[in-house]
Amino acid sequence: MTRNDTERHDALVLETRSRFGDKLLSVDRSYGDCALIVDLGVVHDVLAFLKNARRFDLLMDITGIDCTNLPAHRERFELSYNLYSVPDDLRVRVETAVPELEMNVPTAIDLWKSANWAEREAFEMFGFNFVGHPCLKRLLTHHEFNGFPLRKDYPLMAGQWCSVTSDLSDELNEPR
Amino acid sequence: MGIDQTLLPATKDETGIITTRLDEIVRWGRKNSLWPLPFGTACCAIEFMGAVSSKFDISRFGAELVRFSPRQADLVLVAGTINYKLAPVLKRIYDQMADPKYVISMGACACSGGFYDNYATVQGIDQIVPVDVFIPGCPPRPEAILHAIMKLQERIDTEPVTSRGRPRRHEVVEKFKDN
Repeated sequence: MTRNDTERHDALVLETRSRFGDKLLSVDRSYGDCALIVDLGVVHDVLAFLKNARRFDLLMDITGIDCTNLPAHRERFELSYNLYSVPDDLRVRVETAVPELEMNVPTAIDLWKSANWAEREAFEMFGFNFVGHPCLKRLLTHHEFNGFPLRKDYPLMAGQWCSVTSDLSDELNEPR
Repeated sequence: MGIDQTLLPATKDETGIITTRLDEIVRWGRKNSLWPLPFGTACCAIEFMGAVSSKFDISRFGAELVRFSPRQADLVLVAGTINYKLAPVLKRIYDQMADPKYVISMGACACSGGFYDNYATVQGIDQIVPVDVFIPGCPPRPEAILHAIMKLQERIDTEPVTSRGRPRRHEVVEKFKDN
């Protein structure tokens, strides 16, 4: 963390608030990190703003959170985008709540190509439906696998035997 | 390589011709030329590299010719974590090996899943293929691999040369049973 991270995060929060108003629901600042909690409806706009106007050119990861049994949460699931700006050496997190019955989230592949596999992982582990994703299928688990293993209602040690070998030929042949 | 204990009862008469039993000479050949296929998926495979290299030198036991084709190997050394996605691959590689074939399960992960008790990790490869020798440890030292090779040699020494399948020590899951 560089010295003026806090000030730059302050400026980022102000600018995001001026652009998105109430849709920026809250800001979580702890341990030098900055998380923008936004409404699901504007998550793609916020990401596009951060990428294009604020030079966050690297999507580090997309992770899901199953909030079951957590003390305070709006919806069952949360989605977290970890962004990094190489030119500014600054990190920011974008979080949004996703309802269990309507897990549609706009894809971020048009902004970062690395969103492709990150979204596939979030899909297979939690069941998020990334609308507009060209190939939303399982990435790490076997294609015969049923269920979403990182959901808290998935039995912790329930392995599933697979009958055929699987390869990455689809991934190797996909257009770049 | 001299004539060792396994070639007894071998007799040598004044013509210089050695006579022995066919079983004995076949066993002697098998146990001293195990060609291992390293099925390495994790840190255990690094220890196997140590066992192959000069310091420990697995060739002292005739098992230095590492093959990466199952068709050319008769010992598959499973070194590392095996997950459910990989299980059919291991089974297929085992099936592609020609008889007689042997399996060594190396390390806590291959033997029992190790500390990965979750949705992804197979809890012991003996559910997929029949295992001859288990090596405990995380990871085991190269000496343990040499010990396992010697144990396997003892086993080859005692089993009938015509045996094609050993009795399975544990029940293999339904999906991986032979027809």
